Amino acid sequence: MERKDDFKERRKHLEGLSDEQLNQRFWELLDQVVDPLAELARTHTSPAIERSVLLRMGFSSLEAKSIVEKCQQHGLLAKGVGNVVLKASAISGRPYREAGLELAQGNLWSEVQAEFAGGAN
Amino acid sequence: MDVNEKLNIPELLKDLENYRPRRKGWTWRKPLPRDTQIGPFKYKQVSESLKNYVPLPAAKYFGNIDPQPDCIITTEIASGRFEDDIRRMRMAAWHGADHIMVIRTAGQSHYDGLIEGSPEGIGGVPITRKQLRASRKALDIIEDEVGRPINFHSYVSGVAGPDIAVLFAEEGVNGAHQDPQYNVLYRNVNMVRSFVDAAEAKKLMASVNMLQIDGAHNANATAREAWKVMPELLVQHGINCAFSLKAGMKKEYISLSTVPPTATPAPEIYLDLPYAVALRELFQGFKMRAQMNSKYMEADPREATVNHTMNLLISRLTSVDIQSTITPDEGRNIPWHYNNIAATNTAKQMLIGLDGIMDLVELKKEGPLRDKVRELKERAILFLEEIIAVGGYFKAVEAGFFVDSAQYPARNYDGIVRHMDGGVAQDSVLLRDKDYMAPVCEHYGNNNLPAGTKKACDLIGGCTLCHPEKIIYIDELDEEDNAAKRLEAMAEHREKGLLRPEVEWYADGVISMQLFYPTSARVAEYAALALAEKMGIEEAEVINRLPMHPAEGTFLELKGKVNIDIDPAALDIPEEVPLLSEEEIRADIKAKPMAIVAATVGEDEHSVGMREIIDIKHGGIEGYGITCHYLGTSVSIEKVVDAAIETAADAILISTIITHADIHRINMRKLHELCKEKGIRDKVILVAGGTQVTNDIAVEEGMDAGFGRGTHGHAVASFLVEKRRSLK
Repeated sequence: MERKDDFKERRKHLEGLSDEQLNQRFWELLDQVVDPLAELARTHTSPAIERSVLLRMGFSSLEAKSIVEKCQQHGLLAKGVGNVVLKASAISGRPYREAGLELAQGNLWSEVQAEFAGGAN
Repeated sequence: MDVNEKLNIPELLKDLENYRPRRKGWTWRKPLPRDTQIGPFKYKQVSESLKNYVPLPAAKYFGNIDPQPDCIITTEIASGRFEDDIRRMRMAAWHGADHIMVIRTAGQSHYDGLIEGSPEGIGGVPITRKQLRASRKALDIIEDEVGRPINFHSYVSGVAGPDIAVLFAEEGVNGAHQDPQYNVLYRNVNMVRSFVDAAEAKKLMASVNMLQIDGAHNANATAREAWKVMPELLVQHGINCAFSLKAGMKKEYISLSTVPPTATPAPEIYLDLPYAVALRELFQGFKMRAQMNSKYMEADPREATVNHTMNLLISRLTSVDIQSTITPDEGRNIPWHYNNIAATNTAKQMLIGLDGIMDLVELKKEGPLRDKVRELKERAILFLEEIIAVGGYFKAVEAGFFVDSAQYPARNYDGIVRHMDGGVAQDSVLLRDKDYMAPVCEHYGNNNLPAGTKKACDLIGGCTLCHPEKIIYIDELDEEDNAAKRLEAMAEHREKGLLRPEVEWYADGVISMQLFYPTSARVAEYAALALAEKMGIEEAEVINRLPMHPAEGTFLELKGKVNIDIDPAALDIPEEVPLLSEEEIRADIKAKPMAIVAATVGEDEHSVGMREIIDIKHGGIEGYGITCHYLGTSVSIEKVVDAAIETAADAILISTIITHADIHRINMRKLHELCKEKGIRDKVILVAGGTQVTNDIAVEEGMDAGFGRGTHGHAVASFLVEKRRSLK
């Protein structure tokens, strides 16, 4: 099963385009291909993205990994793990780094879960 | 740093917790104006010269100039031990590399998070914060030494792309590969995850002006018939470029990794040039990273070098911003030290050799080149149209559109198929809730920050990108597998300054040997292995086997280990006599002419050596303007001295090859005595030469100097001028 090279037939609608129009068409089509991908990225997150947020907040790679794994287990990753850490900090009244380390140890999760459940989703 | 000092590796590993990169972002070379004079020549496409460098060998004929091409030159260095790679980086920089790319260890793509410390890698280096800091710290020293910024580069891919992008942005890594399609096609990372992660990674890279290189070239390294994937290559470049723009990258930091897809014996330029032109026309404003072809490389470095030279011709016939290099030994092993230098020099030599070529020739504006360029673009557009027709990128990958071995729109249906719900880290992406929030800078996408927040990281008193002191540095996690332990294992060897050959790691003992056996390839291979065993070479392996003829002979290259240490302190190394420059010698002779008489003395018919020293066409002393009276072979000492007196010669040069019964010593002594007798010894310089002659022997026998095997006219002329000055 293979498809023969039908380039000569397929290209008929491109024949009349100037070189410049051809380049333009190339980039218009690319936009159509990548727009849904960019939209997907804009509205979604992943464990790696969330770890990268924690790294930027000043957690080590090991701490970040542990906090994100627990955040996934508690179903809170869609809130943003940085958001979760700040919530834990507010609830515990401790600086956010200390609160984050508590989360890494498995503490404060039920309080944070309750807080998010009470708030607007 | 003193150029005669080695990099102090243990010192580099100290105090890394406090190391900060001196700059972030990519740096281009500083171009010089057209017709800049360097040495005897005017150049069209060069950049600022280096402060310290090793020029091409032929530079000695042109005042030791080392003109630097206008584009960046890349070398890829990754032996698995960064502490050894650092030394190679310094060597490469001296030859003109200013983009040092570090390949990651096998398996890092699938490591879900950052690796820490300095474990040993396989086929690359585990990229960690410690490794980055130590390497960058070394590159700071190296770039000061050569006087040109060096770009440091690695990979932002795999399932920890965003983690690595943060690390690279924090640590000032200057360039990185980033292309979600690479993850999808070649690392089988789930495609939804790859694109979602890539947007975050790209935004982070853009924030520090990190240069991005895409991964499209892997299609021609993977496809069975690489020259047929050209339309797809245009599509892959396009997808990554368009997606990168959406993520906030600027065009000038997006670089296309382009490789001329084919190799001789294919009609290489006829196939590859139209592709190179089409690419540059479609992607105006983006940067071109021209890589060399590695797909068809095997064991023969000569063949690889010629193909790479063809690739460089395409770079100069079209355009190049970053010229990357493949080492000529990559087809047979992890690159060795000196092959990084070989590849760097191939690029430098060719780019300078082709300087200004487009002033002399032009690409035709009609005919097969234009026809093919148009056809490639149209085929790429048809490819994109069908991606959209089947429902978009993910559907197209599921339908095996990519790396199909037919030239699109033909299909062999043997492409790489991946599924949206398959691959590593499938189902790991989730929709952000409405109240999703991330209190950090350079975060891509929806971020529901509290009303009135000016800057995301104000919520946490600053993120690590704004406040690097918040970065948590981990030194080591493994007490055994680390650089300090590896250094410790060879510490005594290092301290004693012992020497053992190496190609990759400190004192790895690897040597290679070239030989020819007058027999068939297979017999020659086993003969070479037997020879290696007799020579005491361990772990011998034939790495290249080129038949010269089925029966008449085979050329072989063999590698193996010799764990033999040489103590340089115990060597008897004769003192090196620095030579006057050729210009200085010529000027001296011009100001005050010099004449010599020369002969092979005694019953000795050897003439080759003396002719080498005298003849202008062999680089002999005639070439410096010295008048030479050559008396021939088997000349008596008396006749030589008489001729010297007759011509009022400044010097007598005798050649004496035969050493039977110490006749060479006897002739020298006799020459010295006779000159004294005739009252000219203090006016005439006496020089003896021959295969068994050394300076020590000659001086013992009354000569002013002696020259042995391998002497060139330059050394003799330099001596004659200096000696004549001292006589005044």
